[in-house]
Amino acid sequence: MSVTLTIDGTEVTVPEGTLLVDAAKRRGTDVPVFCYHPKMKPVGMCRVCLVEIGRPARDRATGESLLDESGDPLIQFGPNLETACTITVGQGWQVRVSSEKAIQGRKEIVEYLLTSHPLDCPICDKGGECPLQDLTMGHGSGESRFLFDDKIRLAKRYPLGELIFLDRERCIQCARCTRFQDEIVGDPVIGFYERGRRLEIVTYSDPGFDSYFSGNTTDICPVGALTTADFRFGARPWELNSAASICPHCPVGCNLTLSTRREASNAGRDVVKRVMPRQNEQVNEIWICDKGRFVHHYARSPERLTSPRVRKNGKLVKASWNEALTRAAEGLKGAASSAVGIASGRLMNEDLFNLKELMAALGGRAILVDSMAGGNLIQRYGVGVGSNLGSLGKRDAVLVIAADLHEEAPIWWLRLKQAAERGTTLIVANARATRLDDYAKHRVRYGPGEAVQAALGLLHLNGGDPELARFEGDRALKSAARAIKRARNVTIFFGQEGLNYAGTEALARACALITESKGRVGKSNNGLVAVWPRANTQGAWDMGLRPEPAGLHRALAGAVAAYIVAADPVGDDPAAAAPFEKLSTLIVQDLFLTATAELADVVLPAQAFVERAGTFTSGERRVQRLYPAVGALAGSLPDWKIVANLAHRLEVDLEDKAAPLVFERIAAAVPDYLGLSYDDLAAVEPQWPEVGGADLYFGGTAYANKQGLGVQLAPRGAGRPLKWKAPPRASAGKDLLLTPVTVLYDRGSALRHSRLLEGRIAPLQLILHPDEIERLGLSEAGEVEISWDGRSERLKFAASTDVPPGSALVPRGAGLALSDPTPVTVRRSNS
Amino acid sequence: MNPLELLRGLATTLSMMFERPVTYQYPEIKRPVRERFKGRHELKRYDNGLEKCIGCSLCAAACPADAIFVESAENTDEERYSPGERYASTYEINMLRCIFCGYCEDACPTEAIVLEHNYELSFTNRRDAIYTRDMLLVPAPEHGRPTPMVTAPREFDRSIPEMADPQ
Repeated sequence: MSVTLTIDGTEVTVPEGTLLVDAAKRRGTDVPVFCYHPKMKPVGMCRVCLVEIGRPARDRATGESLLDESGDPLIQFGPNLETACTITVGQGWQVRVSSEKAIQGRKEIVEYLLTSHPLDCPICDKGGECPLQDLTMGHGSGESRFLFDDKIRLAKRYPLGELIFLDRERCIQCARCTRFQDEIVGDPVIGFYERGRRLEIVTYSDPGFDSYFSGNTTDICPVGALTTADFRFGARPWELNSAASICPHCPVGCNLTLSTRREASNAGRDVVKRVMPRQNEQVNEIWICDKGRFVHHYARSPERLTSPRVRKNGKLVKASWNEALTRAAEGLKGAASSAVGIASGRLMNEDLFNLKELMAALGGRAILVDSMAGGNLIQRYGVGVGSNLGSLGKRDAVLVIAADLHEEAPIWWLRLKQAAERGTTLIVANARATRLDDYAKHRVRYGPGEAVQAALGLLHLNGGDPELARFEGDRALKSAARAIKRARNVTIFFGQEGLNYAGTEALARACALITESKGRVGKSNNGLVAVWPRANTQGAWDMGLRPEPAGLHRALAGAVAAYIVAADPVGDDPAAAAPFEKLSTLIVQDLFLTATAELADVVLPAQAFVERAGTFTSGERRVQRLYPAVGALAGSLPDWKIVANLAHRLEVDLEDKAAPLVFERIAAAVPDYLGLSYDDLAAVEPQWPEVGGADLYFGGTAYANKQGLGVQLAPRGAGRPLKWKAPPRASAGKDLLLTPVTVLYDRGSALRHSRLLEGRIAPLQLILHPDEIERLGLSEAGEVEISWDGRSERLKFAASTDVPPGSALVPRGAGLALSDPTPVTVRRSNS
Repeated sequence: MNPLELLRGLATTLSMMFERPVTYQYPEIKRPVRERFKGRHELKRYDNGLEKCIGCSLCAAACPADAIFVESAENTDEERYSPGERYASTYEINMLRCIFCGYCEDACPTEAIVLEHNYELSFTNRRDAIYTRDMLLVPAPEHGRPTPMVTAPREFDRSIPEMADPQ
C-alpha cells in the first residue's frame, strides 16, 4: 500500500507507514532533526522537526470527506505544529515544511536547545561536521532571548570509559546514544540519570561504557558531546582527507573510511587520524565495532620493519632489497618442489594469488595457516548473490553453530540480533551460552566438541540419510530442525569453536547438506557462511591455498625452504619452532619482526592495509576493494610486489606493476572471479538511509559510499553429490576438554601495538565451571597446572557458569599455544 | 638656447641641496610604520601568561595562501598552555607563502594571532621561512608565568573568555 501526500506543494507517493520526515527526505526536502535517526524508533524528544500538517476533513456524523466549493477535499490544519519524525504519513495530507509558522516554530526550538549549549565551537571536535552548528545556521535565530548568566556549567571532560568521553555541557539530550545502545546493540550500559536541566548521561558498567560498539555513538551524536579518545582534539574535520578501505580484522568486511591528514610528527606526511564507517547497507550498514575503529595504530608502530634483513654469521642484519631477494631466490631455487609457501587470511587476494602462482611454478605447495575447513564448500554452497542480513524477515531462518559471533564477527552479531527482532527465526547451537542466545528462538546445546553431532541431527530431521538416526538429539534440536524445515530461506553460519580441522570439515559438510535439503542452493539468503578467523581466509581458499589438515609440522616435513607470509606460527606456538630451524632457507615476510622472523634467513618488510590497494573477499563472499590512505612506510613494499620481484629472480612471470593488473590476472585465472575488475568493485548505487551528504544531522557522520559496494560472488551450486562425514572421535580418558574460544580483543599483533584497547585485552586464564573448581579443590586466587601431550603450563583461572560440563575454556590467541580443542589434565598448582 | 634658462635650472638643483632628504638610510634608520600595518605575526598571551591560541585551526582554514599549519592537543591542569581543553601543539607559518592579508586575525576567535609591525623577513634558505610556535609566541608578560603551567582544577576550563550580557 502506498500513500500520496503533498509536501510543500509537490505530490509524493511513499509506502504506508513511512514517517513524515523520511517521506520529505525522499522527496528532497530536509526537515531538520536531532533525536530522530533513520535506524532507530522515533521518540520526538528534541522537537526541532516541527511542520504544519493539514488533514482531509471528515464529517463527524457520516465519516465522509468534506469538500470545498471547488469540489476538492477540504483540508484542515491543526492549531499546533507537529513533529514530523513521530507521525506516519496519511492519504491526501498537505504538509507545510517551509511555511512561516513552521520556520518560526523551528527557530524557537533551536533557540531553546542553545540555552545552555556552550559556545566553544572553535575547540569542539564536532565543529565543522556538527548538525547543531549547521541547523543553527540554517534554522536558528542568530540571537537569544535567554540570559547568558543563566547558562549552566557542567563537566567538560567526563570519561564514560577509556574510549569515549562525554562533554556534559554540549549534550542536548536527544538520547540517540542511549537508544543506540538499548535498541540496536542491546547493551544498555549508558543511560539518562536525573531529569530536567540536571539530566545527564552516565555509564552503568565496569569498565565504563563496556560495549563493542561504543564508537558508533560518537558518529550519531548530533553535537560534540561524545568524542573518542582516538580523535579527541586530533584534527579539525575540514582538514581531513578520506580514503576508502575495508576492515582487515574479521570476515565481515566492514566498509571503512580512513580520515587522514599530514602531521609534523610524521615529517609532514599523512597519518590516519580516525577510522570511520562507510555505508554499505549489505555489509555493515553504518556501523563498525570498536576493534575496527581503534586498532589502526599498529600501522604506525615504530617497531614496523623498514628494511629487508638477511642472516649473516648467524645474525639478522639490514640488507638491500636486491641482496635479500637474491638470497631468498637462491634458497627457493635450491629447494624447488621442496619449497613450501605458508600464508594467512590476513593477506589480500592479490598477494595470495601471486604467492600461489609462485609456488605452483616451483612445484611446491601453498598452505593456509588457519586450521578451519570448508572454504571449498563455501564456493559451492555459499550464500547466493543478493544475500543481505538486513533483508531477512519473518519467514527466514538463520542457524549459527559453533561460533560466538559477538566475539568473532561483531557486526554479524549486531545484524542477526536485529533480524531476530524483525521476526527472523534465529537458531543458536553451541556447547555454551553466547551473547546471541538472548535473541535466539531455538537454543541447541551440545556436549563439548560435539557440534558435528548436532548439525547431523539437524540434517537427519531435514530428510537426510536414515543412517543419521543416531544423531537425532533432544527436543530443542528437533524443534530447531522443524524451524529450519518451515523457513523459506536458511542462512547457516558455522565456526570452529570446539573443533579441530577434521571437525570443521565434517561440520561444513553437514551444514552444506542442510542447505541442500532445502533445495535452494545459490538463492539469496540461502547457504553457508564460514566464521573465518581472519578477514580474507575465504579469498585464500578462492586463490587456491589450502590448510594442511595434519598441521604445519606435517607440511614442513621434508621441506627444504619455507616462504612464510603474514603468519607467525612460532609466535603462536614456541614449541613449533623446531621444524623451522631445520630448514635450509626460511623467508619471512611481515610487518613486524615476529618470533618466526627471528629464526629466518631472510626477512622482507611488507605494507599495512592503510598503505595498500587490494581486495578482500568477505565471509559472505563479497569481493571488496581497499584504497591506499597514506604513503607507504619507507622501505616496505606490498606483498604481491615482493612475491612478484622474487618470482622474477626465479624466472617466473608474475605481475609486479600494480594491484589492478594482478587482479586482472585473477579475473582471468580464478573461475569464480571471472571477468571481474576493479571498476566493478568500485560501482555504487543509492542507499537508504542517505548518510554523509550535506545533512549530517540525518544519519550521522558515517561516510557515504562513493568508492564501491563490492561484488558478491555467485556460488557454483551443489554439483556432484556430497556425503556427510562422521564426527571425529574424541579421545577419552583425560578429565577436561580444553576449548580455545575466540575473543575480540586478543593478544594479536594488531592489538599489542595499539595502546587504546590495551586495558581490554582478554587476560590469559583458564575459565572453569564453579563446580569444577570445587571438585579440583582450587582456592580463590591460586593457579592451576594443565598438562597435555607431555607439555604443561601454569595458568590463572576464573569461574563462569557458562562453561559446559566436562570442559574448560581459554581465550584464543591470549598466549596459550593451543589452537585445537585438546583433552587436558588440570590440577592444583603446587606452589 | 637661452643661458638664463640653464641658470634657472641649476638654481633649482642648488636649492634642493639644502632641503632635508626624503629617503631614509635603512637599515641604520628605520621608518616607523602605521598602527594598522600588517607585518610578521605574533601569538599573544593573557596577562597571566597563558597563551591565547586554543589551536582551533580557524586561521589555517581562513588562510588563502595555505601558509598556516596547526596541530592541537589536550590541556591538563598539570600542563596547561591555554584556557580550555585544546591548545596548539604545533603552529607553523610559512612566511614565503604568507600574503599578509590578515584573514587569520579576522578568523581568530580569541584574538591570539596579530600581524605586528616587524617587516624584516629575509631568509637565506627556505626552511628558515617557516616560523614555528616558539618563534611566534611573545614572551610571558611581567606578572605572568611561562607555559606550560600548573593551574588550579576547573580554574581555566573555558576556552573562550566569557563576555557579559549585552546592556
